[in-house]
Amino acid sequence: MSERSNLRLIVLGILIFSLFVTLIARLFYLQVMEGDEYRAAAVNNSVREVVEPAVRGLILDQAGRPLVSNRTSIVVTIERQKLNRQDEKGDLVIKRLAKILGITPESISERLLPCGTEGAPKPPICWNGSTYQAVPVASDVDPQTALTIMEKRSEFAGVTAKLTAVREYSGPFDVNAAHILGYLGPVTEEQIADQGQSDAYDRLRRTDTIGRSGLENFYDSQLRGKPSVTTLEVDTSGQVTGTVDQKPAVSGNYLVSTIDAKLQSVVEKQLVAAVQRAQGQGYPGDSGAAVVVDVRNGQVLAMASYPTYDPGIWVGGVSQKQYKSLVKSDSLSSNATQGLFAPGSTYKVVSTAAAGKEGYSLYSDYQCPKQVKLGTQIFRNYESSAYGRISLARALEVSCNTVFYGLADRMWEAAGGNDATRDSADPIADTASMFGFGTRTGIDLPGESAGRVSGRAFKVQNWEAKRDTWCENAITGYPETRKTDPKLAEYYTALDKENCADGFRWREGDALNAAIGQGDTTVTPLQMAMAYAAIANGGTVYEPKLVKAIMGADGSVIERIAPTVKSELDLPKSTIKFLQNSLPGVTTDGSGESPFIGFPLNQIPVASKTGSAQVTGDKISTSWFASYAPANKPRYAIVMMVTQGGTGSKTSGPSVRKIYEELFGINGSTVNPNKSVLIGGMPSKALPVIRPDGTPVTPKGKMSGVVTAAGTD
Amino acid sequence: MAKFYASTRADNSLVGAGSRAGTRGHGYWRDLDWVLLISGLALTVLGSILVWSASRADLASASDPQSYLKRHLINVVVAIVLGYLASRLNYRWLRAYTPIIYGVSFFLLLLPFVPGIGVTVAGARAWIDLPGGLTLQPSEFMKIAVILMMAALLSERKDIETEPSGRDFLIALAAAALPIAVILVQNDTGTVLILGTVAISVIAVAGVRSRWLVGLIGGAVFSILLAIQLGLLKEYQVARLTSFISPELDTGASAYNANQARIAIGGGGWFGTGLFEGPQTQGKFVPVNESDFIFTVSGEELGFLGSVLLILLLSVLLWRAAMIAWKADDKYGRLVATGVLAWLAFQTFENIGMTLGIMPITGIPLPLISAGGTSMMAVWIAIGLLQTVRLHEVRAEI
Repeated sequence: MSERSNLRLIVLGILIFSLFVTLIARLFYLQVMEGDEYRAAAVNNSVREVVEPAVRGLILDQAGRPLVSNRTSIVVTIERQKLNRQDEKGDLVIKRLAKILGITPESISERLLPCGTEGAPKPPICWNGSTYQAVPVASDVDPQTALTIMEKRSEFAGVTAKLTAVREYSGPFDVNAAHILGYLGPVTEEQIADQGQSDAYDRLRRTDTIGRSGLENFYDSQLRGKPSVTTLEVDTSGQVTGTVDQKPAVSGNYLVSTIDAKLQSVVEKQLVAAVQRAQGQGYPGDSGAAVVVDVRNGQVLAMASYPTYDPGIWVGGVSQKQYKSLVKSDSLSSNATQGLFAPGSTYKVVSTAAAGKEGYSLYSDYQCPKQVKLGTQIFRNYESSAYGRISLARALEVSCNTVFYGLADRMWEAAGGNDATRDSADPIADTASMFGFGTRTGIDLPGESAGRVSGRAFKVQNWEAKRDTWCENAITGYPETRKTDPKLAEYYTALDKENCADGFRWREGDALNAAIGQGDTTVTPLQMAMAYAAIANGGTVYEPKLVKAIMGADGSVIERIAPTVKSELDLPKSTIKFLQNSLPGVTTDGSGESPFIGFPLNQIPVASKTGSAQVTGDKISTSWFASYAPANKPRYAIVMMVTQGGTGSKTSGPSVRKIYEELFGINGSTVNPNKSVLIGGMPSKALPVIRPDGTPVTPKGKMSGVVTAAGTD
Repeated sequence: MAKFYASTRADNSLVGAGSRAGTRGHGYWRDLDWVLLISGLALTVLGSILVWSASRADLASASDPQSYLKRHLINVVVAIVLGYLASRLNYRWLRAYTPIIYGVSFFLLLLPFVPGIGVTVAGARAWIDLPGGLTLQPSEFMKIAVILMMAALLSERKDIETEPSGRDFLIALAAAALPIAVILVQNDTGTVLILGTVAISVIAVAGVRSRWLVGLIGGAVFSILLAIQLGLLKEYQVARLTSFISPELDTGASAYNANQARIAIGGGGWFGTGLFEGPQTQGKFVPVNESDFIFTVSGEELGFLGSVLLILLLSVLLWRAAMIAWKADDKYGRLVATGVLAWLAFQTFENIGMTLGIMPITGIPLPLISAGGTSMMAVWIAIGLLQTVRLHEVRAEI
């Protein structure tokens, strides 16, 4: 054979050899080096999950009555993708559906718009869930309508009506408790993104609903349970070829709340009664809150906020109309834990404690003039008049502002007065912080407010934040205002000049205002309740709790939630003793006397403090009534407040009295613990019993209907 | 063309069918290339197992899930018989009848154009319907015909040392170009590429002048580029050819195939999932995995080790083909063996390469492994032809 032929055959052989080496190298790379990646892709490819959500855990009251349970409801949902494929994006289908459901087409279409798209309403009306999730547009549809929808598939393309497990919020005794319980909503894309690349079978899925507020939100991971997930192997056409894995559903855990449904019902009614009382005096009485806590452990027995809403409104989605009215009435947020209010005279216990801590005599007499002059400013004695020389206890009883002005002034001078530095002492603010003001109480609810303690530190902080604006205004001099009202502009400019220069300074006037709970201090009613509970129990500020135990659906106890101490009051024993000894006098001989006339104070002494906090603008004062009882063996602290409600004693006081009457089983002047709304006269120590089928054993007696408070007016 | 009937070498004329008494050598069975035969049989058995695994999933709900395997085994038996017959061919006879083989093959190649007979599969009009539900892919036989024809034309010269004349070169080129043109019209890009490579390999080993060879290879590359540039290739053809470079850019069917194939193979790891256990294979995620994409079954279920064994078996077969070409005592034998070598080698590389994502996706089977009767028969005939060349060489030596 020719050399050339041989050579070329060799070249061909080498070429083929190198091609085959390439194949093996590539094969090695794909299978061995990158194998894991492709194995994961293969699993992804051929596996489908069938997810059946777990039964969500119930929320029980302290006696075992269900506050939130589950029921089935016919819910109508729309698959947006299927709808969008119709002519005019399914306009006709929506119109037909609206007609058969008896609602407007707009109330359906507005819910289908994803949040953030053009023309979409605000959350929660707009669709906040996943693109692939069916949007609920109506719940509790009657079976006849549902049948019609399911039978006429062509007319209702993309619409489904099916039995769905929903939450039932109509608790016993017409309990509302909307702000405690919260509600559910679809999982948002952010929440899906937040959990990262999870492949745990109990991860959040796009079709899930999740607690959006209240206990439903705070304890979502407990209530949710674990879904049943069947992992099926499928082929390209979606045909099931086998079962890879099956995880049974695990029912969500039950929450045993510290709330007593019956007491909660009473408190809700009495809060409304207080608001009506304010309105009866011609005041707006636009909002309010009431809190009942167990002073020995911080458990919240009842907590109400006015105005409220029906939590069932969220089941099956809220309409724009409903939501607008919710927002307008400002009923979505809880005034008890999120509302911030000037505490007024209820804050005087803080000033008194600060004076005691600083070594001022608590048993001396103090001057109670009608007013105190400070330069050009006059500080009046709002609630009371001039009493002359009185004891500090008496000053608390009659809520004499000027006595506390005097004490505050002495403390301010002692700290350096006008020459004080940023780091100088600030006893009243420090004591307030000790009582838990200015920080979150730590209650097991989301979105709690921290409030603010007026003081040296706050002033500096505020100045640092606003200094630039103040200084700029001082230079420009309000040119807009100057055109119309040069005098006002001049005043503003002067004020800002001063603030720009030394707005951080803790002035005498600031100190005086702070001592009577006015000025920049804001608190939540819950903080106030915890502060009074601390006085009652001898100095322990507890973290308030709404849940005392988590139980399995099978009745097992998963966790008992022990009382948590937030802080101990660093006060002399004598100071706390002084407050404990003085506050019952407010009810017997002071500003809290009138609502408790006829109350058997000899058997159940009540310690209290009223407040009528001034609010900026020409608004009516905030009515406060802070209390605990029995004063000699403290059990419960009750705080109630009504904004623009007038005085504490006239508006809130009578309602607080009614709550005590229900708590202690008081009828007229007789005390009968068996008549208490609490079974056995006190919160149950034992946990409720849950039957094997998951239903709780509830106490005997009717649970429906309204509790008629003894002697409701 | 009358020349073909003439014998080219004196000693050739003496050699008839191997077993005839009085010939030199040790008898047909002893002189056979047993390594070639056994590697071919081993590949066929391995292929049948893979076809079984791939087809049982598709037919899981059919009355007889093994029906596809049975048909495949019938094809295998027919193919091996044809291979045996090919190995028994008289060398001179073969050479003499080459033009007829070529003519018949070319005629069959045109049949897919006849309405009612022609069948289009995956865009290629390359099949014909036969009675009894059978289909035939004439281009497979055309590969053999082209190899035999080119070998005959290029070994025309009596003197083994002389290079083919320009005229021989052009005629041989035409013998390849004619069916290539037809297959191109039939849209069977894969077969066109294989035939082109075979033609170039045979011409090269025939010892044509280097200038012509360089011109030929340059011309081939140029015409491919020109076809793409001028848009002569349809858009989907270009997409199919280029989707392997960046499969994520193409969401069409070929990119889907490429991705699923890579997932299947990549998922196999060192040892594979085990036969019948591959989720991609049994879930039917890889299309046509009983024929063109059969290597994915091996990759997924037999893993790296099993697949390397498959490639090594194919390498052994090709090594034997190369050795037969090397040792061939005449140019005709060398060119036939070279043609078969180039055909099987490039078809294997293209087929496995496309499942591994390093070659464009074309519709050609993996020799001896893929289901598909025509291909199986053609490859076994080619093995038979290699044996013929081998037997001729063994007997010539002694």
